[in-house]
Amino acid sequence: MATITDAVESKPKRQVIERAVVRFCGDSGDGMQISGSQFTNTVALYGNDLATFPDYPAEIRAPAGTLPGVSGFQVQFSSSDVYTPGDAVDVLVAMNPAALKMNIKDLKKNGILIVNSDSFADNDLRKAHQATNPLEDHSLDAYRVFPVQLERLTQAALEELGLDAKTMNRCKNFFALGMCYWLYNRPMDHTYRWLDDKFKSKPLLAEANKRAMKAGYSYCEATEAFQVSYEIPPAKLAPGLYRNLSGNQALAMGFVVAARQAGLQLFLGSYPITPASDILHELSGYKNFGVLTFQAEDEIAAITSAIGAAYSGALAMTTTSGPGMALKTEAMGLAVAVELPIVVCDIQRGGPSTGLPTKTEQADLLQAMYGRNSEAPIPILAASTPGDCFWVALEASRIALKYMVPVIVLSDGYLANGAEPWRIPQLSEIPQIPVHFVTDPQGFLPYKRDPQTLARPWAIPGTPGLEHRIGGLEKQDVTGNVNYEPLNHEKMVRLRAAKVEAIGQDVPDVVPSGDPEGDLLIVGWGSTYGSITAAVKTQRAAGRRIGHVHLRYLNPLPRNLGQVMERYAKVLVPEMNMGQLSMILRAKYLVDAEGYNKIQGQPFKQAELEAKIEEVLSYGAVGTGKNGR
Amino acid sequence: MSATVPVLTKKDFQTDQEVRWCPGCGDYAILSAVQAVFPELGIPREKFVVVSGIGCSSRFPYYMNTFGFHTIHGRAPAVATGIKVAHPELEVWVATGDGDSLSIGGNHTIHMLRRNVGIKVLMFNNRIYGLTKGQYSPTSELGKKTKSTPFGSAARPFNPLALAIGAETTFVARSIDVMQQHLKETLKKAAAHKGAAYIEILQNCNIFNDGAWQYLTEKDARSEHIVQLEHGKPLIFGKNRDKGIRLNGLDLEVVQLGNGVSEHDLLIHDEQYRNPAYAFLLAKMEEMPGFPTPVGVFRSWNDIPRYEDLMANQIKDVVTKRGAGDIDKLLRSGDTWEVR
Repeated sequence: MATITDAVESKPKRQVIERAVVRFCGDSGDGMQISGSQFTNTVALYGNDLATFPDYPAEIRAPAGTLPGVSGFQVQFSSSDVYTPGDAVDVLVAMNPAALKMNIKDLKKNGILIVNSDSFADNDLRKAHQATNPLEDHSLDAYRVFPVQLERLTQAALEELGLDAKTMNRCKNFFALGMCYWLYNRPMDHTYRWLDDKFKSKPLLAEANKRAMKAGYSYCEATEAFQVSYEIPPAKLAPGLYRNLSGNQALAMGFVVAARQAGLQLFLGSYPITPASDILHELSGYKNFGVLTFQAEDEIAAITSAIGAAYSGALAMTTTSGPGMALKTEAMGLAVAVELPIVVCDIQRGGPSTGLPTKTEQADLLQAMYGRNSEAPIPILAASTPGDCFWVALEASRIALKYMVPVIVLSDGYLANGAEPWRIPQLSEIPQIPVHFVTDPQGFLPYKRDPQTLARPWAIPGTPGLEHRIGGLEKQDVTGNVNYEPLNHEKMVRLRAAKVEAIGQDVPDVVPSGDPEGDLLIVGWGSTYGSITAAVKTQRAAGRRIGHVHLRYLNPLPRNLGQVMERYAKVLVPEMNMGQLSMILRAKYLVDAEGYNKIQGQPFKQAELEAKIEEVLSYGAVGTGKNGR
Repeated sequence: MSATVPVLTKKDFQTDQEVRWCPGCGDYAILSAVQAVFPELGIPREKFVVVSGIGCSSRFPYYMNTFGFHTIHGRAPAVATGIKVAHPELEVWVATGDGDSLSIGGNHTIHMLRRNVGIKVLMFNNRIYGLTKGQYSPTSELGKKTKSTPFGSAARPFNPLALAIGAETTFVARSIDVMQQHLKETLKKAAAHKGAAYIEILQNCNIFNDGAWQYLTEKDARSEHIVQLEHGKPLIFGKNRDKGIRLNGLDLEVVQLGNGVSEHDLLIHDEQYRNPAYAFLLAKMEEMPGFPTPVGVFRSWNDIPRYEDLMANQIKDVVTKRGAGDIDKLLRSGDTWEVR
């Protein structure tokens, strides 16, 4: 594929390339997330396929100019399919020495480096623990370096506006953004509109940022700094109307739509936690859809209020991340015992304990599976891309309501904050979710089950004649009365497990992408979807026989998964944990699944996966089927 | 639809479940009072939801023939909040104890109260952990010897009503299991209150903390050791109603009536009084040597909006301003582009 790095020899004024990866990095107060998302929205509107990776520190404002304070936003955009934000970067914008130091390793050889040369004084270098000035010590010789006086140039552009130095300095990210717009021949009008809207009450700030951006654009034009600019034509996406969507936005919207399709009020009980809080923010804005958002006093109240809302007939949910998930444990057990429908969203992050609040990980799978006292099985779904979060929200709600069970949705920091173009579905593509409240007291018993789903009836307070008691004490089957008899307990434990197993009747069989049988099956789940898909595509193009199954249903697993795994000589399970899905697969299917595990708070790179695939296929018996057994 | 409510009796609120408290437990009296009061409230039975946590008191819902939810330890106020916010028309009561409400559930209790969710909390205070067989509780007195404090507890106790008052609870009251008539009247007043109500019911655990409130409940002791709070009336007590409570600066004092001291000099109870110091002074009387323990309504503020109403109104307002949510528009919101 042609990229900037390949294209350097020929120097037309404007060159058409297939894809590019751009990363903005600077202090967490430098507005890098804003520059990145503005650039993203502009390329999205143009019709490129894309994937983003915002990567920021846990501290809101670490001391300026230091290594822990570096924040970055990366986007890959292309005229063909994009599965990941990209392994390596074509254009790196670095606002200070700390950002440069932390990010330079990801810039491709001969890639473009735009640096804010105004922030390379001795003091800046010291804060970044740089003994020498990289702009002078030849350490950057492998790259095309463009030192730009971002601060002075921005100030010059804003001179007439009468702003103080600090405010002017804050606009420098827009100067850099303007440069990138020039570099990729993108119009600035989308960002103009955004600024007008964002600073509705402060038009002077809108004007300042516009001028800074325009100045950056003109700077490139006037100085002919880059000699080349690039054109990346629109991608051939499936026809339809598109928007850009992050995983957290998609989850929020998915639940609003699910509630509508079920004809229920949506109730969210939540306690702020990174990286899940944006779901609370989004849903709090949807009051005109009748959404009730309850910011609880703690994680436990967040889920127990949701259980209360579910008991009284709402589509109830709670959102959290790992540490909050741990606090909700006992309440999830209650939801299992009283068989009420709630959806628990765990936006995973690095752990244990507080861990890496802003970094991604997939290490809550076993917590979701087993993290409760006694036998308390809960169905689990995992989203694979930001846009997929929408559909997973709908499916989780459907299962919860149909089977009267709590359902866990696993997303992670990477999906939550990452964005991709999302084809907006027609309303007719979204299934209705049937819900039945019992109203007839005749023959009503709180634990009398539907024979097909094993769901108990949903009898909400306010319904005459259905007064009944539920609770966390063991129930007698059918009547729901408190019961401590040994055989009844075993029966109820088995019934609760059978109910979760019954959901398997709704779980579609997996169909591997790539080769339907062959040397290697890669089984993944969650946000590794993009990296695995990209790696498998390249490796198959190189002649390897590989299939890829990406699991949306983690409990219960698809009923044909065991048979599918038998069609390949080897099974590889890449996960951002110590091997949690591979442990489940090995235990359940006695399959020799090999784990590939990365626990760095960062998603897999395509190249890492490809190297692993090559390694796995280079040893051991390669044949067809039975995992080498 | 007509609003006629069928005539209900105490029997309508009794379940077929065998009541399993220890014989002689004060909980029986509380259950009986609640079962007697509910039918008098003119509310259809299906509108009642009784929610509880864990502990002896929390078995309460099983014995009430209403909707009932026996949840997990300490969390009843949060579950109840979810119910009440989703369905403000329901009549939600929480049955809890000193351990459930003030230890493990302390956080939920204060937040439910400060939000003024329209939930009535019956807090059975027996100053002991009963269901776990006799450990000291957050209301046990300093130095209390129990199974877990064989040499006496080193923890200063909570004053439950001072806590509720501090949390800006809009209805705060106290009654005693053995004062059936008073308890019923207090429950009725709580039921009539729109916002959050916190009712401490002093209750005897005859197994693990027998006589916890004996100095209040013993015959003859009642009139000497209890002062009944009545709105608009002076604080008078004593067998011969010859003693009263007077305000002296920022302190309360017990005075003997006569000798130039008349009822007019006494503190006149005002349950709507806005200065929080007032209800707080009343709450602290129980700890003060030589003072009687007040029972009755300490505070009743009726003009504070309920949380669930504010939530519902906010939805109404936004719908009025923006129009009812349109899913199609929602999906298409933000910047969109067409791929052909």
